[in-house]
Amino acid sequence: MFENHMELSFDSISQNESFARAAAAAFITQLNPTIEELSDIRTAVSEAVTNAVVHGYGNDPSKTVHMACSIRGDIFEVTVWDEGRGMENVALAMQPFYTTMPGTERSGMGFSVMEAFMDSLTVESEPGRGTKVTMTKAIRPVRDDE
Amino acid sequence: MQLANKRKGSSLTVMLTGELDHHNAAEIRETLDGMLDGSVRELTLDMSGVTFMDSSGIGIVLGRYKRMRERDGRLYLSGLKGNAEKILRMAGVLGLVEKR
Repeated sequence: MFENHMELSFDSISQNESFARAAAAAFITQLNPTIEELSDIRTAVSEAVTNAVVHGYGNDPSKTVHMACSIRGDIFEVTVWDEGRGMENVALAMQPFYTTMPGTERSGMGFSVMEAFMDSLTVESEPGRGTKVTMTKAIRPVRDDE
Repeated sequence: MQLANKRKGSSLTVMLTGELDHHNAAEIRETLDGMLDGSVRELTLDMSGVTFMDSSGIGIVLGRYKRMRERDGRLYLSGLKGNAEKILRMAGVLGLVEKR
């Protein structure tokens, strides 16, 4: 079974949202994903990194966001984590349209998008210790006649 | 992301080109609202040039929907495709905002 792994650490600044999704997309091209699969992964990674920057670290640029990507066979896994504020109630935070920042036009749909666009989503969080988001997606092999 | 606008009477069409994420959402919001002078009654966001959008786009669209409603105006979306359409549909936005 083919396996590959990579890890990145980057400053907690919003510019790195596009960097992280581009890096994940470049890594996953080894599995020859469809445009839709690639788009789903880019979107989910963008949401996870945005949460780390905005909610985990409160936009503090001195902090560091981490991302690990792995391939095991046809399964892509991405983990994004921070050592920031963490959450007391993960289930509440994952409710659609739930936001801790009302009035800012934050939609509160980040976790819903991750859940809808990936095959699995696991969120581990502890107040004062940080949050770790792990997502997987099976990449359907593209046949030659497609 | 780049924004270009086309005005015809009380209708304003804004073409969005590039990536829309949390990083540039505030700037896009401010630019869009700056284009909405008091006489605009119909705002169309042309999304055909959007190459990436995450959930930040939901806030942008819903925020402009509310602004247009406040002035008895209407918001339309055109050129929706790919993950932008998928996200807006998932969030129920397409039940509120008409597509063109």
